[in-house]
Amino acid sequence: MDVAFIIETIIKIVVILLVFSALAGLGTYFERKVLAFMQRRLGPMHVGPFGLLQVAADGIKLFTKEDIIPQNVVKPIFKIAPVITAATAFMAAAAIPFWPQFTVMGYTVHPIVADINVGILYVLGVMAIGLYGPLLGGMASANKWSLISAARSAAIFISYEVITGLSLLAPLMMVGSLSLIDINNYQAGGITHWIVWSQPVAFILFWIAAFAETGRTPFHLVANDHEIIDGFGTEYSGMRWGLFFIGEYANMFFISFVIAIIFLGGFGDGSIAGAFQLLLKVAFFFFFFLWTRAAWPDVRPDQLMWLCWKVLMPIAVINIVITGIVMMF
Amino acid sequence: MFEAIAFYLFAALTITMFTITVMTSQALYAITAMAAGMIFISAFFFILGADFLGAIQIIVYTGAVMALYAFGMMFFDTTRDVVEKRTNPQIVFVLGVLAAVMVVAIFVAPIVSNNIQALYPIQEGVGNSQAVGMVLFTKYLVPFELAAVMLLVAMIGGIVLAGKKMDKSLTLMKEEEIGLMDDTFEPKAGGH
Repeated sequence: MDVAFIIETIIKIVVILLVFSALAGLGTYFERKVLAFMQRRLGPMHVGPFGLLQVAADGIKLFTKEDIIPQNVVKPIFKIAPVITAATAFMAAAAIPFWPQFTVMGYTVHPIVADINVGILYVLGVMAIGLYGPLLGGMASANKWSLISAARSAAIFISYEVITGLSLLAPLMMVGSLSLIDINNYQAGGITHWIVWSQPVAFILFWIAAFAETGRTPFHLVANDHEIIDGFGTEYSGMRWGLFFIGEYANMFFISFVIAIIFLGGFGDGSIAGAFQLLLKVAFFFFFFLWTRAAWPDVRPDQLMWLCWKVLMPIAVINIVITGIVMMF
Repeated sequence: MFEAIAFYLFAALTITMFTITVMTSQALYAITAMAAGMIFISAFFFILGADFLGAIQIIVYTGAVMALYAFGMMFFDTTRDVVEKRTNPQIVFVLGVLAAVMVVAIFVAPIVSNNIQALYPIQEGVGNSQAVGMVLFTKYLVPFELAAVMLLVAMIGGIVLAGKKMDKSLTLMKEEEIGLMDDTFEPKAGGH
């Protein structure tokens, strides 16, 4: 383990942290603007040109606001819950290849922090821990709305995880590897080799599960907007509340990367064009999250569980069986 | 060197977490510490190069402990201490120590007598998940299938136990109908 490797890894970690923290902040701006245009409003307009500095204003507000810890909460867990959401979102990013490898001044850079050979399992597993943030925050808050919100987050968790795993199994059977780089190289032959053509059902199922995983509308049950208050976040203020949002938006970006790499060819053959295509695909999936939020209402927790267990899970299992039969003969 | 640092760090963290799980009288602390301990255990798999088992450890135990949280939420006020009913602390102490000594003996005995052999040595050029799959579907096929059948039995049992009157919804019924249902809803001979 030489020094160059350690320095390179640390630089990669810092770059990913900075880029995606900034993107998470900008994500809130995109979300407001997209929602505003779809609802025939203007969105943020007053701070800076087109309201662009709204992000900075929000940041200053969150950082300088008093960090209130209410009296009856379970203090250590209340304090650590937002950190879990934000930290696990970024930890999951360690196994995602963001770009193809490129050479700078004779030095080949792999834009992935750790190329472990079970990449996709690691990403999904660590991302799933992120839901512990809302759960613990809600349970530690000593507030009934927060507690109900925590119960909903547990319900979401036990519903969607089965779908994520089962829907991914069929494409993984075809590729024969769990590494995201191998999955990407399997589709390197161009648009006709994309897994989405051979596994459309798995693609739709995984996409639906991604909405539950990131807790976005129509599965935005964790912080139920209809209750006016903010579910698990009711008792939070300042940066602790902001950390939940950084985690949520970073997760949206990372899951968009994962969908694009597994089903839509990722960065293709590794050329510059392929790299920019990957960014375009990620941008589309991120936009789709916002589009859905503008267009659809939330479902109830029992509807989500009904959907996941009684509709999506049988479809996923049938998909696996058919894939297996086709692969055998 | 990095392996040693990581090992001692995660060993200390894991032991601390499980100590909290056992010693605290607060349900939320206990479950959270257990979840953290389970996730820290995955670090040992990663240190040993068993990436597949490490990732599986994270996935399985986050889901399993999440179910524990659901029960904790239903049975306890998780923001308060649980008052335990200790009728006979001596017996609890003796049994606890005995169980701990037995577990240590079970794991230490083969190491002390140098009786551990790797029956399936690591194959070159085979990935982690492939290696697990090979052993699982050759040597351990029968235990694997038995475990699968047992899980299936547990699932069917759970559905049968919980599935009674699933088609009826209390929110959609009138008061009188619920009143009528109460007689049939209770078990016949006080089986609580």
